[in-house]
Amino acid sequence: MATIRLIVNNKPKELNIDPATPLLWALREQLGLTGTKFGCGMALCGACTVHVDGNAIRSCVTPVGAVAGTRITTIEGLSADRSHPVQQAWLEVQVPQCGYCQPGQMMSAAALLAANANPSDADIDDAMAGNLCRCGTYARIRKAIHMAAELARSAK
Amino acid sequence: MTSRTQPRVLLFACAAMLTLLAGIVQLSPRASARGQASPGDNEKSMRAFRAVASVLTSPRCLNCHVPGDSPLQGDDNHPHAMNVKRGLDGRGTPAMRCTNCHQATNSSQLHAPPGRPDWRLPPPSMPLVWKGLSIAGICRALKDPATNAGMTTSKLIEHVSEDPFVNWAWNPGPGRTVPPLSHDEFVSRFKEWIETGAACPE
Repeated sequence: MATIRLIVNNKPKELNIDPATPLLWALREQLGLTGTKFGCGMALCGACTVHVDGNAIRSCVTPVGAVAGTRITTIEGLSADRSHPVQQAWLEVQVPQCGYCQPGQMMSAAALLAANANPSDADIDDAMAGNLCRCGTYARIRKAIHMAAELARSAK
Repeated sequence: MTSRTQPRVLLFACAAMLTLLAGIVQLSPRASARGQASPGDNEKSMRAFRAVASVLTSPRCLNCHVPGDSPLQGDDNHPHAMNVKRGLDGRGTPAMRCTNCHQATNSSQLHAPPGRPDWRLPPPSMPLVWKGLSIAGICRALKDPATNAGMTTSKLIEHVSEDPFVNWAWNPGPGRTVPPLSHDEFVSRFKEWIETGAACPE
């Protein structure tokens, strides 16, 4: 066990935890942030995507000890009031079907838009290819990302 | 000196010079690297490179030394799942960076991502392509500063000896084969190839 300090959704957190524990379980079980989902546990599906210092990573294979001292953003921290363009667009387009993969989809979409304010269809396909959706909502995801990009641009 | 002793002295002097020259040629692997290799050295060098190539063409090396934008994976060199792309810096595209999934260490789970710090492909500006080349082609690509990231022979030796990415090939995580030579043997054959003139197979 070790003491690991993190900034999670802009709040400092201190965990007494085995450093090899996947970040996903630290978030879900120790911090109660259950928006981030367990999908495959092997970085193959993207359901567990969160941001570490702004970069999208798969929390199911990331040892919490490897991200000590970083800033973590989960789906709960994307905005305080559902005002993030990705959240707005997801609601507007009604993207989810079963919804299980959507927190991961939204975190990847937010990371894409942070790096590319005006992504093409190809950019979206490249960025989102690691996030699987068994309901097949891919067309709505793409539409919502274009809408979120437009919302973000018009807000500037 | 009498006229009868002069030829004997000359003969001795010539024999001594020939012995000296033979010694220089034999003891001079670095001379062979400058293009003065003996036919024997050339054969030895090509044999050493064929051993080196057995490592370079192993999936652990070849899967990322690829033409185009997409890495390969697995022992059968299949295209990397998830439409992974090289990106502008070799580290993937926005929101699909290599380090999204590849951590600083290997995952202990079968089929989960391998890892080491700063997992990446060679950048598009210097893709270090080996896939699709013959062994002779790989050899030439490895020697040419235009296709080997400007590495000198001493840098090449340092790279194969110490680079953590090279070393990862012998510690690739569960379910992945390792190259056919040990790392020590690989480095030894690599040095032999360089020291015998870095000859490329035909």
